[in-house]
Amino acid sequence: MRAYLDNGATTPVAKEVVETMLPYFTERFGHPTFLYSLGQEAADAVDQSQKTIARTINAKSGEILFTSSATEANDIALRGVVYANRKRGNHIITTKIENPSILRTCERLEGEGFKIDYLPVDGEGFVDVSKLKEKLNDKTILVSVANVNDEIGTIEPVEEIGKLLRDQKEKIYFHVNAAAGYARVPFDVEQIGADLVSLSAHKIHGPKGVGALYIREGTPVEPVSYGYISLFKLKPGTENIPGIVGLAKAAELAFDGFERHTNHMKKLRDKLISGFERVPYSVINGPRGDKRSPANASCSFKGLEGESMLMHLDLNGISVATGSACSTTKLEPSHVLTAIGVKPEVAHGTIRFTLSRYNTEEEIDYTLEVVPRVVEQLRKISPVKPEEL
Amino acid sequence: MPVEYTERGMLKYTKKLIERFKNPKNVGEIENPTVVATEGDPTCGDMFKMFLKIENGRIEDVKFLSFGCAANIATGDMTADLIKGKTVEEAGKLQIKEIADGLGGLPAIKMHCATLAYRTLKKALTKYKQKQAGGAQARPKG
Ligand code: FES
Repeated sequence: MRAYLDNGATTPVAKEVVETMLPYFTERFGHPTFLYSLGQEAADAVDQSQKTIARTINAKSGEILFTSSATEANDIALRGVVYANRKRGNHIITTKIENPSILRTCERLEGEGFKIDYLPVDGEGFVDVSKLKEKLNDKTILVSVANVNDEIGTIEPVEEIGKLLRDQKEKIYFHVNAAAGYARVPFDVEQIGADLVSLSAHKIHGPKGVGALYIREGTPVEPVSYGYISLFKLKPGTENIPGIVGLAKAAELAFDGFERHTNHMKKLRDKLISGFERVPYSVINGPRGDKRSPANASCSFKGLEGESMLMHLDLNGISVATGSACSTTKLEPSHVLTAIGVKPEVAHGTIRFTLSRYNTEEEIDYTLEVVPRVVEQLRKISPVKPEEL
Repeated sequence: MPVEYTERGMLKYTKKLIERFKNPKNVGEIENPTVVATEGDPTCGDMFKMFLKIENGRIEDVKFLSFGCAANIATGDMTADLIKGKTVEEAGKLQIKEIADGLGGLPAIKMHCATLAYRTLKKALTKYKQKQAGGAQARPKG
């Protein structure tokens, strides 16, 4: 038996998505800026895709920019907005638990003289909106918070943050990295008051190499890369038409059965979580219930090391991710686990299980049969006693 | 979780290493060991414990426990194999490179895991020598 439970890293592409993409490689291969019908067909496909994506987040189609990834979308959003607004201020607020794609860009911006505040989070990973409020000043130009944390599944109070920012005298742009949350939790740009939103295709059964950035009409964004401009000024180069079409199809499929898919994932998630709770000396990371992404279950199994666990699970056909220091090139435990106060020795044994609509109940049963066995096996060879951690 | 790799294939393990990780022959504890040593790895927060049974200056048995990654378990197992049956003197000459070579190589980022097994061995041998010296001193002279 196999169980792919690392859908937070990437997902299999849906068959329907592949079918929709294929003609755009061989028959409808035209360049979208050219006037002949082949070109126009490609341009139409981009228009249609913009419409589809816009519908899923209650945006206007002209507000959707296609990128090569959510990482690139984040980079354009952050640098683009702060460069365009640097005359007004140089202060950015984000959190300690953002994805590395946000944190790396922030580090770079710090090097360029921008001031960045990284908000702490509580033990379940929630941002405290009152702390954010305290940090606001007249130099603040951008706030960036993911709506769903990709490691522990915390659903952040983005609506509250959006409201707070809208109440300020000066415009403060609000960016939401929704790569982990898209098609998992509802998202309405109007309700949230987001000015920029990053999306990814390959996390929702679309192809790799495509993402999107929602940019609210009128938001000043400076280009961060230059060159031949085809359809979008902010993303030079010929568009990845098959990829864009694939992203739109993936979104369409995900949102057509949104309730059904998310309820299915929730059921599997809760089954996993209660299964892990029965394993002695285990700790669930992140919140329970409605404030947790339907797709995420994160658990620290004390007294063992996550990379060994990951490899043993792999030998049993189960794919997962770990927050252990051993599995990173920096040899530091996950920054998210550290931020929620997990001790390094406990972070050492942390496994992240992420679901998709394609996971089955049988896969979860199988996982819950294998996990306790591997945990026991690894604890037996560990010099560290779980009860002492 | 989102792990950042800067080099391609940075965390690729050899078949030999994975085999050892899957079926380590020397994990566990020794009852009444001659020496036990524990070392931690400050870089990744790892723990490694080694048990040696030494008779007449020869390492008769080696066992280890690991709170570490696959590379650590494999290097621990390799180290145990390399010193079993050797004299304390010979075991003291073991090189980290021999451990890594025995596994068909280690990813650069994982060299410190081999170092951990190696340091624990060194510590155990030092402890043994101190014990010997202490024992010799305690014995009445003449
Ligand atoms: S033991 Fe931590 S990286 Fe190998």
